[in-house]
Amino acid sequence: MIAIPPGGIDCDIHPAVPGLGALLPYLADHWRESVVQRGMHELESIAYPKNAPLTSRPDWRGAGGLPGGDLDQLRAQALGPFGTSLAICNCLYGVQLLFSEDLAAGFASAINDWVRREWLDPEPRLRASIVVPVQNPEMAVNEIERLAADKRFVQILMLVMGEMPLGRRHYWPIYAAAERHGLPIGIHAGSGYRHPVTGVGWPSYYSEDYANQAVAFQSALTSLVCEGVFAKFPGLKVVLIESGFTWLPAHLWRLNKFWRGLRMEVPWVDRPPAEIVRDHVRLTLQPVDSPPQHEQLERLMEHMGSDAMLLFSTDYPHWHFEGTQALPEGLPGALIHKIMVDNPRATYARLTEALA
Amino acid sequence: MTVQLLERRATQPAAAVKMAIADCDIHPSPKSMEKEVYPYLEKRWQRHLETYGVRPRQGFANGPAFPKGQPDASRRDAYPPNGGRPGSDLDFMRQQHLDPYNVQLGILNPLRGGQGVQNGDFSAALCRAINDWQIAEWTSKEPRLKGSVVVPYEDAAASAAEIDARAGDTNFAQVLVLSRTAEPLGQRRYWPIYEAAARAKLPVAVHAFGYGGFPVTGGGWPSYYIEEMVGHAQCNQSVLTSMVMEGIFERLPTLKVILVEGGFAWLPALAWRLDKVWTRLRDETPHVKRPPSSYIRQQVWVTSQPTEEPEPRRHLLDTIEWMGWDRLLFATDYPHWDFDDPTQVLPPRVGEQQRRQFFMENARAVYGITG
Repeated sequence: MIAIPPGGIDCDIHPAVPGLGALLPYLADHWRESVVQRGMHELESIAYPKNAPLTSRPDWRGAGGLPGGDLDQLRAQALGPFGTSLAICNCLYGVQLLFSEDLAAGFASAINDWVRREWLDPEPRLRASIVVPVQNPEMAVNEIERLAADKRFVQILMLVMGEMPLGRRHYWPIYAAAERHGLPIGIHAGSGYRHPVTGVGWPSYYSEDYANQAVAFQSALTSLVCEGVFAKFPGLKVVLIESGFTWLPAHLWRLNKFWRGLRMEVPWVDRPPAEIVRDHVRLTLQPVDSPPQHEQLERLMEHMGSDAMLLFSTDYPHWHFEGTQALPEGLPGALIHKIMVDNPRATYARLTEALA
Repeated sequence: MTVQLLERRATQPAAAVKMAIADCDIHPSPKSMEKEVYPYLEKRWQRHLETYGVRPRQGFANGPAFPKGQPDASRRDAYPPNGGRPGSDLDFMRQQHLDPYNVQLGILNPLRGGQGVQNGDFSAALCRAINDWQIAEWTSKEPRLKGSVVVPYEDAAASAAEIDARAGDTNFAQVLVLSRTAEPLGQRRYWPIYEAAARAKLPVAVHAFGYGGFPVTGGGWPSYYIEEMVGHAQCNQSVLTSMVMEGIFERLPTLKVILVEGGFAWLPALAWRLDKVWTRLRDETPHVKRPPSSYIRQQVWVTSQPTEEPEPRRHLLDTIEWMGWDRLLFATDYPHWDFDDPTQVLPPRVGEQQRRQFFMENARAVYGITG
């Protein structure tokens, strides 16, 4: 077992919205009334069924049954045991699933204000991603502008599957705002469920939905590269969160090969996709879809072709490992400090800036 | 300073090239529907084709959803000198492909065979006709070639009937479906196809492509052909996930599945992920009794083309070791533009035994063809 060195930066933890009621004080009057008048349901997504084993480690399920729903509990479970110096909160609550752009914008603002007040204010080790209404890039940019001055927001959060592939020009105003403010785009597992989660239709099982998240990340990466997002926004960084990473080398080999054959179609992709990805894209550590043998993981790290890409994460409270064994066996020793500290700092400029 | 030595893409020694090889993905086309396929298609369906077209689950009446990178997605040198589409002239295929590469076993995968056509009866009639055409124009004339039983896969009962009708016919080496279907291929509406294939002792080949009516990504329609092409590997991962998680391999332990033209380097990482997810969530799929990787290791094969190209190329050998040298079947995709040349396809320093497995023995084993 690899011991976790203290002072690490955890790039993916999930504080949970305890319920619509908790957001009411942060919603604008109209939306607060709508929630009550229309009898709105919780916005939990089917991406993480509440009682599914993966959704929370058994020892991280609190007395109230809501993993990640309580700050003291999060301190005791997610921060303390790992010696975490800073942790980035990615709040998953189904804003991106809503069909009304206005409603999505209202809830995104409420969630961000709730995170700021209930989590960031009382706990200096926490940072957060800005939840945006991806349904409408103009509204998303407004939300980014509203919060960008608060340096505790270190990233913009999107889901890997939405209405259209993430490289499409439709989304570019969001990327322009991200680049302007030095905020990486964090792409988290999950879907707006506008389409089946696979390219071949709706699967039967949750197990398939979750397994296919890694497949969706491959498609999203293809889109970001081929549409020329990184040519247009050379300062942009993208972090794939809860994506897994063992699929990355094989995908880059394929993308490179087809780029050689078809680059006339996407002339703005003016160098091999693998190079572009290694310069602009980072991935969080958990889940580690490990090969059975440690030597295989060592080989795979060599296939990655870069030691700058992985960012430490526990994905608290999702259940990927036991105890504090967040660093998989087979991880080369020289990588550990980079993954825990150097790479997160290099990715999130705001982590090293003084808070305003 | 570490120096990375250049790995030469040198042509393999002549003796190795001339070893007998199996090409598990060759695409034949009719010279003309009227001359070659109509003899096997009822008058009613001939009229239907002329009046309404084939109507797949995409919008263009003539041509694919995304314009291809080459005319007919084909090598420029693959047009037969006497006219017709690439892959439509047996003599030219012998002369350009089978003879020079010493292809002793070639598997035909007709892609425009009526699969996925929205009208189910028309789809079944076209598939039947294409199967007759394969015998008449190809396999009866050239013993090195074996056909695929093309089936109207959205109607599993009709597909099973077609497989039953062809069972025992040595003109055919496998059943062929496409990867992008109306629902993921593991779902039970398709099970009669697998049951019939297992009865007939034929592997089921899942060739990339087709149109199921859904975007090729879980996050919507991409803009470019390159995205669709790269995306076939993602679709094949989803197909395999569906087949494993629905329990097909557990239910039909003799079923063999071959994934064609979706690449292969993704296979080890997918198997690791499926094992991890299954371990955590296995109470959801109690019919999957063993770790997903163990079914894949025993009942799934992949064809090599288009072979991923890492830099350095030796990384590919790690990947093949992880999946097993007995899982991989060589394929060229002749006459298509992204053809893999057997003299170049493997990185250097692959042992003789592994080359024999890759180029011939694995194919003989999976198709049950001795020779």
